[in-house]
Parts: sequence; structure tokens; C-alpha cells
Amino acid sequence: MVFEGMYLRTRDKHYEQLTKFWIKIFALIFGIGVATGIVMEFEFGTNWAAYSRYVGDIFGSALAAEGVFAFALESSFLGVLLFGWNKVSPRVHFFSAVMVTLGSMFSAIWIVVANSWQQTPAGFKIVGEGLTVRAEITDFWAMVFNPSSLDRIIHVWIAAFLAGTFLVLSVHAYYIVKNRFVEQSKKAFGVILVIAAISALAQLFTGHSSASGVAKNQPAKLASFEGHYDSLAVADMYIFGWVNDTKQSVSGVKIPAGLTFLLYQNFTTPVKGLNAFNKNDRPSQVNFIFQTYHLMISIGMALIALTLFSLFLLWKGKLFTKRWLMIAFSFSVVLPQIANQVGWYSAEVGRQPWVVYGLLRTSDALSENVRAEQVMFSLILFTIVYLILFSLFIYLLNKKIQHGLYTAGDISDNPLPTKTLK
Amino acid sequence: METFLNIEPGTWMFLVIGAVFSGYAILDGFDLGAGTVHLFLRKEQSRRIALNAIGPVWDGNEVWLVIGGGTLFAGFPKVYATLLSAFYIPFILFLLLLILRAIAIEFRSKEPMLWWRKLWDFVYSISSTLVGFTLGVVLGNIVRGIAIDDTMIFKGDLIDIFNPYALLTGITVVALFALHGSVYLVMKTEDKLSDRLADISKAASLFFTICYFILSLATLIYVPHAAEKFKEMPVLFAIPILTLLLIIYGRKLIDTKKYWWAFITSAALTSLLLVTIAIGLYPNLLLSSINESYSLTVANSAASSKSLGIVLSFVLIGAPLVLIYTVFLFRTFRGKVVLDDMSY
Repeated sequence: MVFEGMYLRTRDKHYEQLTKFWIKIFALIFGIGVATGIVMEFEFGTNWAAYSRYVGDIFGSALAAEGVFAFALESSFLGVLLFGWNKVSPRVHFFSAVMVTLGSMFSAIWIVVANSWQQTPAGFKIVGEGLTVRAEITDFWAMVFNPSSLDRIIHVWIAAFLAGTFLVLSVHAYYIVKNRFVEQSKKAFGVILVIAAISALAQLFTGHSSASGVAKNQPAKLASFEGHYDSLAVADMYIFGWVNDTKQSVSGVKIPAGLTFLLYQNFTTPVKGLNAFNKNDRPSQVNFIFQTYHLMISIGMALIALTLFSLFLLWKGKLFTKRWLMIAFSFSVVLPQIANQVGWYSAEVGRQPWVVYGLLRTSDALSENVRAEQVMFSLILFTIVYLILFSLFIYLLNKKIQHGLYTAGDISDNPLPTKTLK
Repeated sequence: METFLNIEPGTWMFLVIGAVFSGYAILDGFDLGAGTVHLFLRKEQSRRIALNAIGPVWDGNEVWLVIGGGTLFAGFPKVYATLLSAFYIPFILFLLLLILRAIAIEFRSKEPMLWWRKLWDFVYSISSTLVGFTLGVVLGNIVRGIAIDDTMIFKGDLIDIFNPYALLTGITVVALFALHGSVYLVMKTEDKLSDRLADISKAASLFFTICYFILSLATLIYVPHAAEKFKEMPVLFAIPILTLLLIIYGRKLIDTKKYWWAFITSAALTSLLLVTIAIGLYPNLLLSSINESYSLTVANSAASSKSLGIVLSFVLIGAPLVLIYTVFLFRTFRGKVVLDDMSY
């Protein structure tokens, strides 16, 4: 979208080439995203029937809103974005690009709202008993703006910006290293680097705000993040470490009272530890949560350092002469991806044993009639299909990147068949 | 929420969900059907044109499935939970088929090798057909009733799901989509290819007519409860009669090359089929074959009236927007398919 905006303003041929190239890449990613995303809409009913009955009154409306307000917008305008280059005016085409962007951002809102409600339920009451017990909505806006949703929506948005910008940076860095499309790549790199740097810095603040929320609303999760057991003690913050759950200790490099300071801006307030909870009511995989959480933070810090340093070099006019840095950027695409994955792991595993925090246990949320071997069957099938999907995706993505931008006289990377059908 | 026009919120929700699924069947129906007839096209160029005829719209069409799933979850969480967990294996296969289909559409054009294109053509066509078939099987079971106990939990087996009546419904849906899809393709193509597709659509029309007759007979004999409402109110027989008239009229429109109207006719056929089923079903949503009193109805499975009000107001605001996008999308891509550098 940014490239297309630049093209419209400047009419620079290079931005047109960049736009077409990135739309094609986006189309490929979006295709995979839709295919795997529809599964999520139905998986609640197939695998989590008890959960669906319990929360349908609340969770369902968030998912319905996602479909009606976000997904429809996104998918319809995507058709124009991909296939409408010769059918609509440049302005309408740009408008479509903006709509697709807005659609994806709305989509993230509703999905994160639904997930945040599981973390910090609000705006509901419990009705019925025994088999028919369920949560019923009492206040829609309290449900939408539950204590964690705002922090998490912004955190997820920026995480997505980082994933996107680093994909662009890595591809163009690769071109610069290989000495292809250098002019276009330098332009693209400069623009996107600024967005990436702002996002990386902003993520520091949203991350902090999110963690403060976790401290207030899900203290057991926060304690797991830092492997903090003793409730009467001030809490340290680890740079890295290893948690021993049986000995209830962490070995590693730490900033004494760091967590206490970040939460309360002093060095004396104790932080609620894992021992304050019944063993059944707190996560059991403390080390896993600790590791995923710390990996996310480390990557976040690395991204800040990388982008700020590069911006400084760009300002000095020396950025593109540093070959080692360009090589580093070529591989950097995996960093935000890993950070996003482990971030979700720590958030979701940290909520255990609850599927809805404090209300419904994960073990009570399954489909009653679906047998373990059926779940196994579907799990194996999905694993196989996703593996095929992933390898084909990487193969095609690589092919598009190798093919590069479109220059005059070379209009399509979809080759005509060497032999045709009869 | 209070009643509106003397109709309960639950019933409004039933109507809305019916309308969304009907919209889904009409829209995704034609691109699934285009997949079913894909292998009957022989030339590479024809297949490319056929694929690009649905290229800009198939994704938007699948949105209706997502909206349908979302509104069902929100409106009738118990139905959503029981239905999807009862048809666990069929729905898992359905989702995998949708993924395979999306991959096939995306990947087909990316390599020039003949075997590559043939492989993805095959995957695309088979998965499109099976998606329609699975939906039909589920629909057949909904009409027939499934083994639900007094706690709303499915007690049946996988084998029960693939009963002859449901299989017949599955085939009928495939036939209907093939008709609908081939008419769409005729409309989007020119010259020889268009003529070839017109022949295919005539064959599909005949096939659907046969299926429809057998299915109607089977319903009257084996699933009499679905026809009860029609016996009580004979005026409702106007609907199957209208269906028959549309089948004949649609065929005539193909013969006289009025393809746009033929497409409207097959769209109307698709929604009439669902209307017929919905009338037979209401006020039930999922019939219990164990004991009728265990059935999930509008009354006993709807979400709270507050939640229904919220979702209905979403629909009230959202539906016009979605219609605007859809019309905008179809207007942008009206007319015959022209291949360009962004095509599949």
C-alpha cells in the first residue's frame, strides 16, 4: 500500500514495479492465509464443542463481527487489488489497497478481542448450572474493551507490521547483495526501514503496557514469565535463564528487582509469585513460558538495535555499502516471525490450565462425542497438508523473489506451458 | 430485544442465517461448480480462462461461509457446537478440501510443466466437487435428523452420517452446482469455448433434474416429516412447483443464449432448494432421531436475547456494506474474461 501511494504521488516507474511485485507476493501469502484461516472459524465447534456452548453467547458475536465487518471488506477488495490493475483507475486501485489494509486491521481487532476475552473475561454473567452452565453477555462494550484487549490489539498490529516490513527489508537487502534491481531496492529499503524502526520502538511500549496488564489481571502468567515463585519477595528480571520447577529456582543472568521496578517504579514492592496459587490453578510448564517469553523480548531488542543502527548509517549515507549488514538483513525475516510465534505461545500456555481465565478449564472444554483417535486422525492429516502447503509456499515465494521485479518487456512470471493439452 | 413485526429475535436469527447460507450457496456454488466442470475443458487456454473467470471472486464468495459460521456460532451456539462436533470427520475433510482447492487455484499457473498443470487441474476439480458433496451430505442429514441425546450430544457413528439419503443429497448438490457453475462460465466466455460450456450446462441441467426427482421421491417415502409442513399448508407446494418451472425455463434460456438470465435462474434454484429445506425444518434446527423432544430448536438453543440483538444489529449494519462490496466487485469484473499479466 505504501508503495502504491508513493507511485501515485510521484508517478515514479520504480514504485509501480515495486507495487506490482509486492502485490503478487501478498496474493500468495493471502491465499495461504485464507485457506488456513477458515479452519479456525469451524475448529471451535468441531474440537471444542463444550467450550462453544459455554462461551457462544460472547465469543460468537466477536467472530460474527469479524466476518461481517472485516473479512468481507478485505476479501472483496483483494479481488480488485489483484486482478483490477487494468480494470479500474489508479485511484480506485489505491483505494482498494487501503481497504484491504483496513480490513486486515479490523480482522485483527475482533480476533484479538475474542482471545483477550479468554484472558480477561468481562461484561458477562454466568447462568444455568450443571450441564447447561454458560456465560451470557451483559455488556457488549465491556466485553469488547475487556481489560487486556486494547493493549493486545496494538501489540498484535505492530507485531504484524514488523513481520511485514522485515519481509520487504530482507528481500530488498538480498537484491542489493546480489546486485539486482539495486535502484528500486534502495528506494524501497529506505522507506520501509523507517516504518520498521518506528514499529520496533513502539513495540517496546506496547509490550510494557501489556505486561503491566498481565501483572494486574493474570498474576500467575506474569510470575511464569519470570519464573517468580516467592510471593513475599521483590521480583528480579532475567536477561536469560533456565527454570527448575521442582526446586523453584531460576539460574541465569538477572537484573535484581528489575520486574518490581518495571511494574511499580521502586525496588521494594513484592510481586505475587507462583506459590500464591494452588498447583491446579497455575501453569505447569513454567520453563516453557519463561523461554518463549524471553526469546520474544530478546528478538524485540535485537530488532530495535538493528533498525536504529541502520537508520543512523542511512543518514550517514553508508548503509548500502555495508555488505555484511545487507546479508544480515536478508536473513532477518525469520526474527519477527519467531517472536510472534513464541509470543503467542507464552500468552496461551501462560493462561493454562484455563481456556477462559478463572472460569473454564481447558480439560472441560473439549467436544464430548469426539474420540481421541478422531482428533489424532485430523491432527495427522492437517500436519501433512500443512507441511505440503508450507514447502510449496516457500518454493513459490523463493521463485517469485528469484524472478524479481517486472521490467518492460517481461510482463508475467506465469510462464506459458511448454506443451499444451490437446 | 423485543419482537419485531411480531417475529421473535430467534426466528429473525434463523432467517438471517438461512439467508447467509443461501448467499453462500449461490456465490460459492458457482465457483465450486466451475471446478466440477473444469476437467471437461480440454485446452490449456480454455482452462486458464475458466479459472480466471472465478479468479477475482472465489475468495470473496468464501467470506459468506465465514459469516455463516460466525452468525451460527453467535446466534445458536448449541447448534454450532453439536453440528460441528457430530460431523467431526466430514467437516475436517471439508476444511482440508477447501485448503487443497485454494492451493490448486494459486499454484496451477506457477510452473509451465504439463504434469504440474494437469495435477493441479485434477486437485482443483476433485476438491471443488467434494466440497459441494460434503455440504450436501451434511444437509441431507440435517433434513433426516441425527442421533442427539437429551444433553444435546451426538451419539451416532460415522457410518450413520453416510446413509443413502444423505449421499443422494450430496450428489444433488454437486449436480446443482455444476449447472450453476457452467452457466456462469458460459456467461463469462466467448466463441467456441462458450458453445462447449453451453453443452456442458445442458447436460448438467438434465442430471440435476433427474437427481431432483429422485430426491423428492426419496424424501416423501423415507423422510416424511420433512414434507409434513407442506401437507398441512398445501399452498407451500407452490415452492416445488416453482422449482420445476425454473428448471424448465432455465433450460430454455440456455437454448436461446440468454445466459445472464439463465444464471439468475440457477441462483434462484439454489436458494429455493434451501428455502424448501428450511420450511420443512422450522422451528427445529437439528432434529433428534432418538426422540423428537431432544431436538435443538430455535427456542431451546438460541443465544441470550441480548446477544441476538447485538448480532442482528451487526447484520443490519453489515449486510448493506457486504452487498455494496459484492456488487462493486462483480461490476468491476463484469463482461468476458480477458487474460492479462496479473492473471492465473
